[in-house]
Amino acid sequence: MAARIVITGIGLTAPNGNDLATFRRSLLTGKSGVRPYSTRYMGEVLAGVCDFDELKYQKKKELRRGTRAGSIAIYCANEALADSSIKFTTMDKSRVGVYLGVTEHGNVETENEIAAIKEYNYDVKYWSHHHNPRTVANNPAGEVTLNLKITGPHYTLGAACAAGNIGFIHGLQMLRLGEVDLAFAGGVSESIHTFGIFASFKSQGALATHADPTKASRPFDRDRNGIVVSEGGCVYTLERLDDALARNARIYGEIVGYAINSDASDFVLPNSERQGQCMMAALKKAGIGPGDVQIINTHATGTKQGDIQECQGIRNVFGDHSGVNINNTKSFIGHAMGAAGALELTGNLPAFDDRIVHPTINVDNLDPDCALRNLVLNEPKQIDKVDYILNNSSGMLGINSVVVVKRYEP
Amino acid sequence: MTRDEIRQAIVDIITDIAPDEDLSALKGDVRLRDQIELDSMDFLDIVMELRKRYNVEVPEPDYMQLATLDSSVNYLEPKLKDR
Repeated sequence: MAARIVITGIGLTAPNGNDLATFRRSLLTGKSGVRPYSTRYMGEVLAGVCDFDELKYQKKKELRRGTRAGSIAIYCANEALADSSIKFTTMDKSRVGVYLGVTEHGNVETENEIAAIKEYNYDVKYWSHHHNPRTVANNPAGEVTLNLKITGPHYTLGAACAAGNIGFIHGLQMLRLGEVDLAFAGGVSESIHTFGIFASFKSQGALATHADPTKASRPFDRDRNGIVVSEGGCVYTLERLDDALARNARIYGEIVGYAINSDASDFVLPNSERQGQCMMAALKKAGIGPGDVQIINTHATGTKQGDIQECQGIRNVFGDHSGVNINNTKSFIGHAMGAAGALELTGNLPAFDDRIVHPTINVDNLDPDCALRNLVLNEPKQIDKVDYILNNSSGMLGINSVVVVKRYEP
Repeated sequence: MTRDEIRQAIVDIITDIAPDEDLSALKGDVRLRDQIELDSMDFLDIVMELRKRYNVEVPEPDYMQLATLDSSVNYLEPKLKDR
């Protein structure tokens, strides 16, 4: 039997909270993290911006040398470690792995360097020697190992906006394979620092606008008009249950099901049939059926087509199971890209204790095509029990990831 | 630039590159790397900043001339004295 894998520490930074308690409070009180934000060439756009203390775990020189994604990853990993109460100083650091999902990495630094050499008439002798270490795809995970002196494996998992879940899944897999004894797993995003992501969504007709920034991200609402790009990060310490119990760890939940699949149908449009298949596969791995799940956190980003497709996928799988409550986190914080799935799952974990389903906000006029049964709209909902939470994520090139977490029971 | 100005220019660059360090007691005749945390990437930053701020090129064979504050001033003086 595969080892049971549990969540024993959580570190996060979201546009509306720099720790789980604050983040959860924001999700229960309707506090958005979206604000006006200035980006190169485009002027003012809307974005989810994080305000964690960068110098809490890094020296100024580390900050200067590294990337924003690295800084977010270092903050989240250190917070997770502190939260876990693991005795790290005596731990064999070669048995620790760092696995972080990213939507993209390197665009920020490349754009910065091009803007910098423009001042020198594009003479490349002014191109920074820091460019390569900042833009290698493993950068955020590698910065964590440098900061925490971890000598086990580290890398990122490039998986578009399905990446946060995939960080967790990969950490679980490496623990089950016995490759590591502790996994720092999750997802990070620095995407608001590249103008390109905003410009590309705008060209695609998928960049959200609204007179009130806090209302711009509005999945399932009839008047939704696109995505709010955000930065953020969320990292767990994942351990095998036996190891966690041996040190009397606090256990947030057990990852019991997961799945990753591919649409094989379009570069950008999601595919409800494949999304449904991914959910089914994750439920099967968890050994449960649709009727056993109390909370589904949707991926919905606030695009016309994407939200409808996901709702159809959920209907295909959960159709008549009225016990399933459905919510969305992007309505608060926007789309945190590589961190999205990780943050969105995490904001729901406290429901194992308080049995409250945080809502999806900004739904003034529910789109009939998104009118899922038990969509928790605008106000939190108290329910009787929470045993299973299912978290959906999807990304470009047709990648879906689903994670199912169970309330911990010995 | 005078020797003192050149010296200050170098200290200003190092202040930006090594922001956690206290540079108030930096000795002129001791290797910079023996006094503060400076690795090869930092050293390349010094070269880059001299290029950007003062349009001074330090070719690789001359890098060792920047080992100490004093040697740096000596090396840069002919390049910067007319600025």
